[in-house]
Order: sequence, then structure tokens, then C-alpha cells
Amino acid sequence: MYAIEVENLTKIYGKGDTAVTAIADASLQVKPGELVAILGPSGSGKTTLLTAIGLINEPTRGKVVIDGVTVADEGWLAGLDLKRLRREKLGFIFQAHNLIPFLTAMENVMIALEINHQTRSEAKDRATELLSALNLGHRLNNYPMSLSGGEAQRVAIARALANKPKVILADEPTAALDTENGKNVMVLLKKLAVGNHSAVLVVTHDHRMVEGFDRIFNVRDGRIVS
Amino acid sequence: MNLAIRDIRYHRGRFILTTIGLGLLIGVVISMGGIYRGLSADALAILESVKADIWVVQQDTNGPFAESSRIPEDITYRIKAVPGVTEASPLSFQTIQVERKGKPFRFFLIGYDLNGFGGPTEILGGRNIRQKHYEMVAAKAMKIAIGEKIRLGLHDYTVVGITGKVVSSGGDPAAYVSLADAQDIQFKKDNDAIRNDRARIDANLAGIQSLSPVQAKYLKQNIAGITESTHTVNAVVARLSPGANLLEVQERISRWNHFRPISAEEQIRILTKGMIEKARMQIGLFRVILLVISAVIISLIIYTSTIDKIKVIATLKLIGAQNRVIIGMILQQSLLMGVIAYVIGYGLILLTYEKFPRRIVLETFDLQALFGIVIVICTVSSFVGIRKALKIEPGEALGG
Ligand SMILES: Nc1ncnc2c1ncn2[C@@H]1O[C@H](COP(=O)(O)OP(=O)(O)OP(=O)(O)O)[C@@H](O)[C@H]1O
Ligand SMILES: [Mg+2]
Repeated sequence: MYAIEVENLTKIYGKGDTAVTAIADASLQVKPGELVAILGPSGSGKTTLLTAIGLINEPTRGKVVIDGVTVADEGWLAGLDLKRLRREKLGFIFQAHNLIPFLTAMENVMIALEINHQTRSEAKDRATELLSALNLGHRLNNYPMSLSGGEAQRVAIARALANKPKVILADEPTAALDTENGKNVMVLLKKLAVGNHSAVLVVTHDHRMVEGFDRIFNVRDGRIVS
Repeated sequence: MNLAIRDIRYHRGRFILTTIGLGLLIGVVISMGGIYRGLSADALAILESVKADIWVVQQDTNGPFAESSRIPEDITYRIKAVPGVTEASPLSFQTIQVERKGKPFRFFLIGYDLNGFGGPTEILGGRNIRQKHYEMVAAKAMKIAIGEKIRLGLHDYTVVGITGKVVSSGGDPAAYVSLADAQDIQFKKDNDAIRNDRARIDANLAGIQSLSPVQAKYLKQNIAGITESTHTVNAVVARLSPGANLLEVQERISRWNHFRPISAEEQIRILTKGMIEKARMQIGLFRVILLVISAVIISLIIYTSTIDKIKVIATLKLIGAQNRVIIGMILQQSLLMGVIAYVIGYGLILLTYEKFPRRIVLETFDLQALFGIVIVICTVSSFVGIRKALKIEPGEALGG
């Protein structure tokens, strides 16, 4: 069984004259534990593809299956609890770390666990464990403001991994970091995701960041070209 | 994890400042309610200390607190003779403003019959009036010491006792003197005026050809006696025996013409409805305006703090947070702000209300009702923020 299955996915923004086809007939499959990169220039439709898989952006046509659950087939399937699927099956990492500024590093990880019905102490244990694995054991009570870019992005990784999701979606996770820190973050993401058997889909336009990935999809003008 | 409290803790400076501001506003609202209750209490203070069943006043008037009422003192005896009346006593009221220590010194002077009732009900210090003349009992609020002298009219009056919280319907503290003294102060003419009057009477009588000098002399004495008499009072108060019929007694006194017997109940109505109704409406209007301002402020604060959190809310939605988590965060913040502001406002008034120039009466019902209104305002105000938050798309968390 695939963790991610996308079949003939098309996303058209707008209608009529102003319609933009951001993704056209894209198909891909990712197995659990597999590391996949989506590479393409700006405006090629990478984010659109990622958000359609991430249950944020409704596909115009085509099919999306996450961890065996068909979520979209010519639009969202009726009766789906998208939020629940997102918190149970998906983990997100963004270009900007998107941590909640008024929560400490640990609380930022705990919130993901608590909204997924973990008790406070379970959440605390798991957050501490994850952050320590990401070399942030000494930054548990720091607010995002007082973390370096690399540290903040590692907290974001911990948050994405918190509920042991089947799929991790990352949109330019290293774009705001220098090469050194970017590579470091990638190494940790790979290590933890693989250990977790999560499928990882990383969107980037930076070739240097995709060393050691299992597969690379190249996207041009909304089409997967290789 | 309580997101509302975490957010407040992180932005505590902003929260504390806005909450204090709101607290002051609520404090003003509380004090205005207290002032209104104080107005009522003040208006009725004399009524309550006199405890009369009937106030006999000049006909066609609403009594001494509403307008000028003058009746002869000796009507007291006739009232006493009415079946059902157990006691009757004349009272005189006047507002006095004199200079004291270079400042205007205002009080409400009550003259009462030392053998009747209507005098000071409690003596906090010193003693009650014992001499028929030149002694005074002053309310504590006048801040005047026992033994001090005040010049009123032609004489000095010595403070011999201090009484409690009796004030006029205008809020001026009350002082008591004997009826005779009060009448002197109110009606007695100074010597120049008396000389002038007598000269005028002389001149008038001299114009009447048919009067013999002897007749003129007696007539002059009589006229002077009447014009110089001070035996006028502003009201006569009466108490009824337990089984007496109020309406019957009123009926009887009305029949004499010239007088109007006002029941205690009517007197309350005159004092509250007539005299403080406008103040009440004014204060009520201000309270409503201030509450509307509070509502607008809370809405604005909650709305802007929601706008500030668009990215946070989008991120929460993206990672799958339920709507109740987001609604809870906004609503709790709004309520917390309201409750803390209320506590600040209440605490402030509690600490200061005794120092207000006018009496503030804090009634539990008013305080509870206001608390309820604050809660409702906070809840309703947070709707604008919640509406905005629910419209935020999780996709807004991406980019930038
Ligand atoms: N909400 C939207 N409404 C209309 N058009 C959109 C919207 N989002 C994206 N597009 C368009 O769709 C196309 C693909 O956008 P997308 O954001 O997926 O590109 P991208 O590959 O992620 O680019 P970048 O590397 O700059 O992030 C672009 O032409 C963009 O203008
Ligand atoms: Mg993009």
C-alpha cells in the first residue's frame, strides 16, 4: 500500500479568462518510509501539488489517496473530516517555521499532540523526547523569537513528527536557512522520518538539498516532467 | 494547554494596559450606579430620620424639599388634636452657605422642637441640644469639631454634638438647632430692616386721617408684632397611632384648607420621582454610553488581536486543530479581559468610594447585574473576532 497516491491530479485556479492551470494531470506514488523531492522553478506548481495532497487545497480533478483513504476524487469526497485526517495522518513543515510565537518550543510540539487527544503528560514526554532527538534538549522553554532559524525549523520538524504521521509534507523547509543549517535540518528530517516509516515529500527549488533522496520529481509548468 | 492564557502571558504588557483601561471604565460605570443609589439614599435621608406618617405643608405645594412651604407654627396644636394622631412636631428647613476658613461652607439647617421629634436620631459624639438657644448638632460630614462656633444671622452657634449621615436631598450635610433659633435665622430681620419697616408703618398710618394718635400707636404695635413674628415653620410632621386610618386623618386636615397633608409614601414619590428622576436618567444614559464604549473597545481589541493571529490561527487549522480550540482561545481571552477589568474596576471603587464627594451606595444587585452585562458584552464582542477567525483558510499559513 502506498502512503501517497495521486492520479491525474489537476488544479485550476479561477474561472474563464483568468483561469490558471497550476497542476495538470500529475500522477505519483510514494511508499511508506520513502523520501521524495519535488523540484521545480518558481511558479511551476510545487506548492499547489503539496497542498492538494495536504488536504488544504481542493483538487479540480483527479484522485488523491492518503494512507489508503481516498480523500479526493473529482474534488473532496463528501463526509470527510479533513482536519482530523490532517492531524492524524499528516505532518507539515513550512518555509517559515510557522511556530506559534506565544508558545515555547516544547508547547509548540505539545499543542499538536493535545489537539490529537493526547493527555498533557503524554504530550510532554513525547515533545521532550522528540526535541532531544533533534538536539534541542536545552531549548525546551525558549520562545520561537529566541531560537535561531535552524533551531526553529527543527522545532517545526518535531511538531510535524509528533503524531507519528504516515505522510510528512515539507514546502521549502530549508529556504530560510544557510547551506550548513539547511543540510543539518535535512539530515535530521530524513533520519527521524525514516525511523518512523513516514513517507516524506519535500518541495524545493534547491538541487543541493536533495542529496540522498530516493526519488526526485521534476515539475515544469504544472506538469511532472521526470 | 490553554492558548488564551499563553497568548496573554506572552503579550502581558499589552493585556495589562488594556485591561486596566477597561477596568477604569467599568469603575466609572460602577460608581455612577453607586451615585444614583446614593442620590436616592440622600434624597430620603431626612425622611427616614424623621419617620413621620404625615407631612403637613402649605396648600398647593409639594412640601419643603420640593419648593417653598410656609405654615404657621401653631397649627401643630390643631394637628395634635386630630383623632389618630399621636404626636405632631413643627420643623424648619433651610440651606445655609457661609464662609468658613475662607471657603464656602454649605449645610442644611434643620430646626426642630426640642420637646417634639425630627431632631438628630443618633449622637456620635458630644451631646444633644439641651439649651433652647445657640446650640447646634452637626453631621459628621461637616467636619466641624465640638466646641466650634459658627455665626448664623445675628448670633453665634456652638457645636455641642455630632450626628451621623443625615444629608439634604441635595447631598449637603445636615445640622440641627432648636426651632426658635432656626426661625430667628430664617425670618428675623436685622435692626436696620426693622427700623425701616417701622418707619414705613408710621408713614402709612399717618396718612389715615381718621385715626387718633392713641389708636395709631396701638395699631402700629400690632402690625409690627405681626410683621416681625417668626412663628412660621416649613412643615409640621405627625405620627399616627397604630390603628389609625391615614386617609381619614389626611381628609380631616385637608378640610381646613390652607394645608396639604402629604403621606410618607407621597413624600418618597415627590423626592425620588420629581427631584432625582432627571439625574437618574442622565446617569443611566452615561452608563449606557460607557458600556457601549466598553463593548466597542473590547470588540476592537479582540478583532485586532485576531488579525494579529491570522497566521497562528491558520497554522492551528492546518495542523488540524478543531474550531472549538480556536473559538475557545478568542472567547476566553475576551472573557478574561472582561472579568479582570471588572475586578479592577470594582476593587478601585471599593477602595475609594468613601472619599467621593457624594455618597456612593454599592448594591449587590447592581454589581451582579453589571457583572452579567460585562460577560454578555465580552461574549458578543468576541463574535467579531471569532467570525474572522473561522473564515481564515489553513492555506494562509503557507508562504511569507
Ligand atoms: N490561490 C491562487 N489563485 C490563483 N492562482 C494561484 C493561486 N496560488 C497559486 N496560483 C498560481 O498557480 C501557479 C503555481 O503556483 P505555486 O504556488 O504552486 O508555485 P510554486 O512552484 O510553489 O512556486 P514558488 O517556488 O514560487 O513557491 C502560479 O502561476 C501561481 O500564480
Ligand atoms: Mg511554493
